[in-house]
Amino acid sequence: MTHPNGDSPNPEFEPKLIGFLCNWCSYRAADLAGISRIKYPPNMRIIRVMCSGRVDPTFVLEALAQGADGVMVAGCHPGECHYIEQNYKTMRRFYMLRQMLLQMGLEPERFQLVWASAAEGQQLADAVSKMVEEVRRLGPLQWPANWQENGQRLHALQAIVQEHQQAMEVSR
Amino acid sequence: MAEKVGVYVCHCGSNIAGMVDVEDVARWAGENLPDVAVARDYKFMCSSLGQAMIEEDIKKHGLTRVVVAACSPHLHEKTFRRVCENANLNPYLCQMTNIREHCSWVSVDRAKATVKAKAMVAAAVERVKKQQPLEPMSVQVNPATLVVGGGIAGLQATLELADAGYPVYLVERRPSIGGHMAQFDKTFPTLDCSACILTPKMSEVGQHPNVTMFTYSELEEVSGSVGHFKVKIHKKARYVDEAKCTGCGICVEKCPRKVIDDDFESGLGYRKAIYTPFPQAVPRIPVIDTTSCIWFERGKCRACEKLCPTGAVAFDQKDEHIELDVGNIIIATGWELFDCRRLPQYGYGRLANVFTNMEFERMCNAAGPTGGKIVLRDGKTEPKSVAIIHCVGSRDVNTNEHCSAVCCMAALKFGHLVMEKTSAEVYSFYIDMRTNQKSYEEFYQRLLEEGMHFVRGRVAEVTDAARKPEEEGKLIVQVEDTLVGKQRRIPVDMVVLMAALEPQRDAKELGIKCGISCSMAGWYTERHPKLDPVATMTDGVFVAGTCQGPKDIPASVAQGAAAAARVMGMITKGAVMIEPVVASITEELCSGCRICNNLCPYNAIEYDEEKGVSRVITSMCKGCGTCVAACPAGAITGAHFTNDQILSEIRGALWDAHASAAAPAQAQAPAAAQTASGS
Ligand SMILES: Cc1cc2nc3c(=O)[nH]c(=O)nc-3n(C[C@H](O)[C@H](O)[C@H](O)COP(=O)(O)OP(=O)(O)OC[C@H]3O[C@@H](n4cnc5c(N)ncnc54)[C@H](O)[C@@H]3O)c2cc1C
Ligand code: SF4
Ligand code: SF4
Ligand code: FES
Repeated sequence: MTHPNGDSPNPEFEPKLIGFLCNWCSYRAADLAGISRIKYPPNMRIIRVMCSGRVDPTFVLEALAQGADGVMVAGCHPGECHYIEQNYKTMRRFYMLRQMLLQMGLEPERFQLVWASAAEGQQLADAVSKMVEEVRRLGPLQWPANWQENGQRLHALQAIVQEHQQAMEVSR
Repeated sequence: MAEKVGVYVCHCGSNIAGMVDVEDVARWAGENLPDVAVARDYKFMCSSLGQAMIEEDIKKHGLTRVVVAACSPHLHEKTFRRVCENANLNPYLCQMTNIREHCSWVSVDRAKATVKAKAMVAAAVERVKKQQPLEPMSVQVNPATLVVGGGIAGLQATLELADAGYPVYLVERRPSIGGHMAQFDKTFPTLDCSACILTPKMSEVGQHPNVTMFTYSELEEVSGSVGHFKVKIHKKARYVDEAKCTGCGICVEKCPRKVIDDDFESGLGYRKAIYTPFPQAVPRIPVIDTTSCIWFERGKCRACEKLCPTGAVAFDQKDEHIELDVGNIIIATGWELFDCRRLPQYGYGRLANVFTNMEFERMCNAAGPTGGKIVLRDGKTEPKSVAIIHCVGSRDVNTNEHCSAVCCMAALKFGHLVMEKTSAEVYSFYIDMRTNQKSYEEFYQRLLEEGMHFVRGRVAEVTDAARKPEEEGKLIVQVEDTLVGKQRRIPVDMVVLMAALEPQRDAKELGIKCGISCSMAGWYTERHPKLDPVATMTDGVFVAGTCQGPKDIPASVAQGAAAAARVMGMITKGAVMIEPVVASITEELCSGCRICNNLCPYNAIEYDEEKGVSRVITSMCKGCGTCVAACPAGAITGAHFTNDQILSEIRGALWDAHASAAAPAQAQAPAAAQTASGS
């Protein structure tokens, strides 16, 4: 018998994802996916922000620290941000933060940046499905447990991220 | 003091309740989420009974926060905010979570969908507790309106506003207003002459004291927001001084350069290098097409300049960039024709006597290139048989999935015109006959009586390869007649392709300028497909006519008028309320690093040299929150999207993750705190 979750090494595992979706494109893409009755796994919990540029690296760290197995940031396509160009700033921040998370041993599949316009309900649903399967294969992240052992790590990481971000925002 | 939260879980009939155990979600929220005083589920939360229930609870239980788990906030946030307001609770203390679009409608497993809905409710409850009362900001509405696109939809909107006494700036990219309707001969279903009903409107607009027209112009830039947009218009050089030109047309007559007009005449006719697209053009001021003008090509000629009696031709004219202040924007940029070359099986561009619908419109027009005669490409032979092929580039996954909405009726109109003007047999090749507006079905019946032949089936091919003697020298339409269930080959002299209406190629670009989105194909997205068809998600920007989706003239006119009515409503009110979602800087926390200064695309952040701190200019901030996320000192607050609110929302959304993962001693999950449950 094949498991509904395919050939994943962790077929029983239901990853918990947090998705930060911008109000103008991606949140609306998620609305459209619903209106069009497109099905995708129920693993991502959506948090609406006005623009992907609002996503503070701290939000991502907090989500992971609170037990999320992965985080998606979704916004308008480059050049189509409702606030002209803010998603370019998102992009810079995303790669900076990703770099640091990778260095800490986080698998790249757990932190993804997705562009979905208000018309792309299908694309957003596909991106969520894909990410859920990828994270399912990886298994639980279990950072919160680790944080508990070493309570200082989150703060340390937050400090480093902030420093990098500061350097990045200045050097533009 | 602890907040008292009311949680309202909507069934939405079976839309939510069919996939989410809403009773369980409400019960669970009441029993497990801290500070939840009341938790209820109800059939239709947005109904007046549902609203009354919430209002009463707020008053009776002294609720300080409200969470509504229902549909998208884009649909009903206003509704539930109003409910709070009615009960004297600040509307910004209400939070919606979208368990319909984002949960029930996209899920297949009831148990899992219910878990997700619980997490969404927990997130909203944690967030709402951190929300703060806010007051919407009032913005004065500039009574001037910008209308983009001078087709029938844009003209209608312009006239409605101008007649009501308000100033309108009308921007049209072509040298004349009028849009596609100016190209038609007759209009279905009444067969009244298109020019007769359109040109009076055009000249009314042209002469209206409240209308300023910018033709041969495009919208270049938009900034600001509802009530006070700043727009920049790129007015291309006509090389004719509008103040001096009387529209006599001598220049056009004398211009030695003749070129094919593939815009207005759809390639069937000619125009000069200096031209007005058609005799009734508004304004009647010619333009010089620099790509065909001999002077621009070789530096010789200037015949027009020499012969113009008023000295209006001005080769030194430059493009202008004009800045205007307007309160609202109406976009009415219409449609473009599908390129039939994309379907080579129909032979357009290869087989001479295959025409597009727009070519055929020009051919039927008495003022058109053939003087209204229906003739083959040779310009003289009258066809003895004409095939009209429907849905070319419509209702086809390989080109456009949409129905162009007007082609069936236009095909019937063509059938009538062919039979009126010639003795030819007319065949319509249709997939489904769509005649569902007032008097349309009657028109179809009329054509059946007039003897037009109807063959049901999508045409496979148009070819000139004859198989039988009677096919020699003809175009053969190869089709499976799905009513009789057999292949047919019908030889004809002329084929007319009912090419699809497509969105403007640059629709997306213009949409981005104005902050509105379009569908994958490129039709602009209205705020609500049924209940708000001309508003967009961006306040102060409206859409009208075919730029929003294919439709006929009556529907385009109705939308033009509707958009104007919406704008008038705002002008009459004088001010609009806008969301107070803006950034602000706490001076004491700001270190003056100025990181935020460059991040704002609207230059809304200024630096106070004296105090050494940055400051947000509230009226210029649009509330994206990018600076909030970037401030290393945490000095910037994004109203209604504060760090505290979002971080709480994250914790709530992961109530089941950190509850199980965190060490027991540390458990700060809402589930651990068994406080008030009221319902
Ligand atoms: C062959 C054919 C026959 C038809 N016959 C009929 C009929 O008999 N009866 C009927 O009811 N309907 C008919 N229709 C449908 C009709 O054409 C449309 O309903 C009508 O044209 C819609 O008007 P509009 O103002 O939305 O768009 P349009 O007529 O397309 O006008 C849009 C205007 O905006 C301008 N514009 C575009 N982009 C910009 C920009 N970026 N900046 C500035 N200006 C811009 C364009 O130049 C144009 O002037 C027919 C359609 C076809 C294809
Ligand atoms: S980024 Fe923050 S600290 Fe720096 S100037 Fe702006 S508000 Fe002040
Ligand atoms: S939130 Fe900040 S960056 Fe965004 S518009 Fe306002 S001031 Fe500018
Ligand atoms: S508004 Fe969508 S990314 Fe900026």
